[in-house]
Amino acid sequence: MTGYILKRILSAIPVLLGITVIVFLIMALIPGDPATAILGSYATPENVARLNRDLGLDKSLFQQYFIWLGNMLQGDFGTSFALNRPVLDEVLERFNATLVLAGTAFVMCSLLGVIAGVISAANQYGLADKAITFAVLLGISVPSFFLGMMMILLFAVNLRWFPVSGMWPIYGARDFGALLSHLTMPAIALAVVATGVIARLSRSAMLEVLRQDFIRTARAKGVHERGVIWRHALKAAMVSIIPVLGIQAGFVLSGAVYIEIVFQWPGVGRMLVDAILKRDILLVQGGVVFVAACYVMFNIAVDVLQSLLDPRIKT
Amino acid sequence: MTEALKLTDLSKTFPVGRTLLGRSTGSVKAVHPVTLSVRQGETLGIVGESGCGKSTLARMLVGLLEPTTGTIEIEGDALDNADPAEFGKRIQYVFQDPISSLNPRKTIRQVMEAPLKRLHRMPAAQRRTRISEIFDSVNLREEFLDRYPHEFSGGQAQRIGIARALAANARILILDEPVSALDVSVQAQVLNLLADLRTKFDLTYLFISHDLAVVEAVSDRIAVLYFGSVVELGPAEEVFANPRHPYTKLLAESAPVVGRPLAAPEAAGTELPDPLNPPPGCAFAARCPRATERCRVETPVLEPLGDASEAACFHPLGD
Amino acid sequence: MIAFLSLLARNRLALAGGIVLSAVVLLALVTPLLPLADPDVTNTSNRFVPPFSEGALLGTDHLGRDLLSRLLWGTRLSLAVGFAAAIVAATIGAAIGIIAGYYGGRTDNVIMRGVDMLMAFPYILLALAIVAALGPGLFNALIAVAAVNVPFFARNIRGITVGIAHKEFVDAARLAGLSNTRIILSEILPNVIPVIVIAMSTTIGWMILETAGLSFLGLGSQPPQADLGSMLGEARSALITNPHTSVVPGIMILVIVMSINLLGDGVRDALDPRLKSGALSRPMAATQVKRAGPVPAPTGKGLLEVQALETQFHVKDRIYRAVGGVDLHVEKGECLGIIGESGSGKSVTALSIMGLVSSPPGVITGGAAHYDGEDLIGAPYRRLRDMRGRNVSYIFQDPLATLHPLYRVGDQLIEAIRAHRPIGKEAGRAKAVELLDAVRIPNAAKRITDYPHEMSGGMRQRVGIAMALANDPDIIIADEPTTALDVTVQAQVLTILDDLRRSRGLAIIFITHDFGVVAQLCDRVAVMYAGRIVEEGRTTDILDTPRHPYTARLMACVPELGGGKRRLEAIAGLPPVVDRLPQGCAFADRCLKVQDDCRQGDIPLVRSGARAVRCLYPEEKAREAAE
Repeated sequence: MTGYILKRILSAIPVLLGITVIVFLIMALIPGDPATAILGSYATPENVARLNRDLGLDKSLFQQYFIWLGNMLQGDFGTSFALNRPVLDEVLERFNATLVLAGTAFVMCSLLGVIAGVISAANQYGLADKAITFAVLLGISVPSFFLGMMMILLFAVNLRWFPVSGMWPIYGARDFGALLSHLTMPAIALAVVATGVIARLSRSAMLEVLRQDFIRTARAKGVHERGVIWRHALKAAMVSIIPVLGIQAGFVLSGAVYIEIVFQWPGVGRMLVDAILKRDILLVQGGVVFVAACYVMFNIAVDVLQSLLDPRIKT
Repeated sequence: MTEALKLTDLSKTFPVGRTLLGRSTGSVKAVHPVTLSVRQGETLGIVGESGCGKSTLARMLVGLLEPTTGTIEIEGDALDNADPAEFGKRIQYVFQDPISSLNPRKTIRQVMEAPLKRLHRMPAAQRRTRISEIFDSVNLREEFLDRYPHEFSGGQAQRIGIARALAANARILILDEPVSALDVSVQAQVLNLLADLRTKFDLTYLFISHDLAVVEAVSDRIAVLYFGSVVELGPAEEVFANPRHPYTKLLAESAPVVGRPLAAPEAAGTELPDPLNPPPGCAFAARCPRATERCRVETPVLEPLGDASEAACFHPLGD
Repeated sequence: MIAFLSLLARNRLALAGGIVLSAVVLLALVTPLLPLADPDVTNTSNRFVPPFSEGALLGTDHLGRDLLSRLLWGTRLSLAVGFAAAIVAATIGAAIGIIAGYYGGRTDNVIMRGVDMLMAFPYILLALAIVAALGPGLFNALIAVAAVNVPFFARNIRGITVGIAHKEFVDAARLAGLSNTRIILSEILPNVIPVIVIAMSTTIGWMILETAGLSFLGLGSQPPQADLGSMLGEARSALITNPHTSVVPGIMILVIVMSINLLGDGVRDALDPRLKSGALSRPMAATQVKRAGPVPAPTGKGLLEVQALETQFHVKDRIYRAVGGVDLHVEKGECLGIIGESGSGKSVTALSIMGLVSSPPGVITGGAAHYDGEDLIGAPYRRLRDMRGRNVSYIFQDPLATLHPLYRVGDQLIEAIRAHRPIGKEAGRAKAVELLDAVRIPNAAKRITDYPHEMSGGMRQRVGIAMALANDPDIIIADEPTTALDVTVQAQVLTILDDLRRSRGLAIIFITHDFGVVAQLCDRVAVMYAGRIVEEGRTTDILDTPRHPYTARLMACVPELGGGKRRLEAIAGLPPVVDRLPQGCAFADRCLKVQDDCRQGDIPLVRSGARAVRCLYPEEKAREAAE
């Protein structure tokens, strides 16, 4: 087992390196001159040249990459010119907020999605199945940013159940209750699409499994139908559901960008969009690499979970 | 007497497992070096239980799998081991699962035309007459040609598979469990058809099966495979009636036969050796009632036993 | 194609989606011809006019532009970009996937490593990085959305291609002299295209959402040009004061994506052959029972008595009469064999007894199965569940598929006991070891922690037998338990079964197609053909002197070991399909001695002494006489 985990972690190293190469190359494609962007179009050529030297932009692409990579490995992601602050500090702070939002949404969509999928499959073509199928269809068709806006309109503006936006109240205590009331709407808006996708795939995975011979064996043993569905079938279906959860985690993280904008959530997604619009390249690079690296780690955890569930995966 | 097919030291080793750097951590010898020859017009039966390497052997013989060592000679010519197209004209294959050996999205005519077009570059008019000739010889109606595979029963699909193999005009056919997916009443139809075709076109067969009775009923000679090696080779009427290798005897006694009382011919716990970690000496030694110290150290090779039989055993039966 | 469209049309939701989508597409196509206001002309004195006003049906936005006009032009743009992104991503992704899947080995490794790397990004990071590099703009957003979706297509199509590339027909094409390129084009591609179409139809909606999302963030279409996403993005600041400017484009996106998804589901259903055959239905806990006629009363014959059992499969408008009136019984301690070819109804008969026939499509339409005087067919589910495994248990054919792959065999055994009585952890373990010992699994105490895949086929089937024994049932129904096993292993398993039967006084119903097995194991045998018993009697009697022509001919066409090389007596023709059974004897078309009256009316199973035969002209007493 430990061998498998170790192997899986080691195999992530080339992936992480690949990510840095891809990000670096994409950023190298940027037309124009970052120094000009930073200093504005009225900068003197001498100033531009000096800044280029300071940023290391006069070196070859190859050298630039390794300098950038080496610095990152030492925890130096550079300094954001727009914020005038170390990139890593900003990213870490923002990522925390994203983690709260996306983590809550992910737990919600995993639980609800799987449960809805199982109920749907267990009552195939029944009333519950039809209702869930329709809700799922609606869920995966609605743009999450539009849903968020409509939720603000209904629950914050009209009903005044929740605050309109932000992560914390402007005045007042920053306690758990305050967080919860701010978190509820964005987390739900973020979870809806992924819940739909997970419910849909769980349903078809369950239907696939329910036709298997070992389900008939369980029934022939006299196992109660509840046990057949929730123990035998769901456990086997989880083998194909877990990878979907891993992929959906990426979608939740992606969707967080829109939700953070709509709800003014101080997360890393909003930071990235702002940085792109301000052409704050180092912040974009650092943010993308950091989040992608976290996602890779998360997927290792998913794989390990999968190998714990399925003994057929050889270590 | 000409030799249609001659294998010399043909073997196959599969790498298994992988380290991080992509190197294999071990290997499985699916087929140990096999040397065999099949005479023109003969049917050689190959029998063995699952995992004995019979399908690997068959796939090497038609070029679908490259042998690790050894050579294949067909009618005296050595073949390039890894070009199915070169094999195709001289040796063809009939698959076990008749339905999945036909592309579901092609009509039977398209399936039949492929070997004529690609292997023989035959013009369209000639192809049409050739296809109707072949269909006639396997007792299929020509109207079937414009249908799709899912419209056929297993027995009909297997006839189509045989027809396709004949279309390539090869004189040697590898029949890999050709009837094991079929029901018994249909099985006999296909076996009889194969026998007729053999005499009509002077074909040579390699008939692979796990069913001892079927192999005995169709073969001139039979090779018994165990754990990747031929352990016994002899005339069909002798091999199971007077087995020389203890494994052959075990097989013959295990087959359920009407009128023979049920009795387990060996102790309950025996299992096949682990292919990743094969035992030294004879692979059958652990299950063999006649095994001695020598069997556990030295590997026996196939040797003639005076009469027409050969066996790879230090202590053959009937000696 | 026509069949596909009619299938699609039969799905009402998909049809609705198709109609809505066509309407939207049509509207987008004719937009330039409609008498609309210029979408980009601002008129600040006319800001935020509410919907249904004079001259502005949907109102105006924050710059006083006509919303209806902007909506239609925006829809046009969003649709075009979404479809273009889908086609680009599907084409590139499918090409990569097919190449990786077909060639395998190193090519596959290198390509899939690259794909994995792209998939290691949450997709929006990659899209953001691409837009950051290329600069905001609708065309760049299109490139970004297409690029992030390529890996999904590539991985999906690769998986399908690997499956197809290992099919035997690809080997056959190779042997027919086809080159790799030709195999990809003529063998692989036609089988992959439906999957590509399905993947595309289910992702177009998603791609439209993603491009709208980038525009919403201000990274897609740039003002004054607007697609639906950027309309929504611009309207956001006025969300609370003038919600109509947000609602209008938002609803439009929802309508488009929902109609595409509905249509996509319909396309998937129409293209998936498994859905067509109803194979994706979930089997219910017990077979559906719809008995039309009266329920036969028990006659007290045997421990289990099956009377006039009829089981059908209702698939679409076809009715397959898999079991068409079967009577049989088994005494305590007796072994009854049921022999027949595939499709003869032998397994369905056995599974019907405890309601284990998959339903839908299976329905028990008549008859009864009395166990100790109690009718199992009409029993409520609770009662049936209570008796399953406790009174009557089953052993199935393929031991790898019939054991749960993710539970240890010991736990599966303990569960079988727990389904019927509470048992402690230690006692359960001890009982599991005892059961494995009973089926002669060496080292039982160690092997209870094995998973099924760690055992050989023979050992797994012994676990299957042990599980059937767990609650000391009176009857075991064994459905081809040794068919998937090698002969040497089969001999061991049959011996175990035979010993257990004798030592425990078990009744066994043994289903097989092998006369040799029947001869060695069974006291009595029933021969089935086309859903009915055609002959029944003591095993020795039937094997020595078969009276039904089918039995006799079937025995003659099976080669028997020790017969040497010979020609077999084949039976011409095929068994009838059970949704179109002929009048009279089902074997008539294949029978050599058929008479006119064989094809008329119902031919009864005539009993004389210990034997019964369903034939008007049974074979003479001795087989020798016929030969």
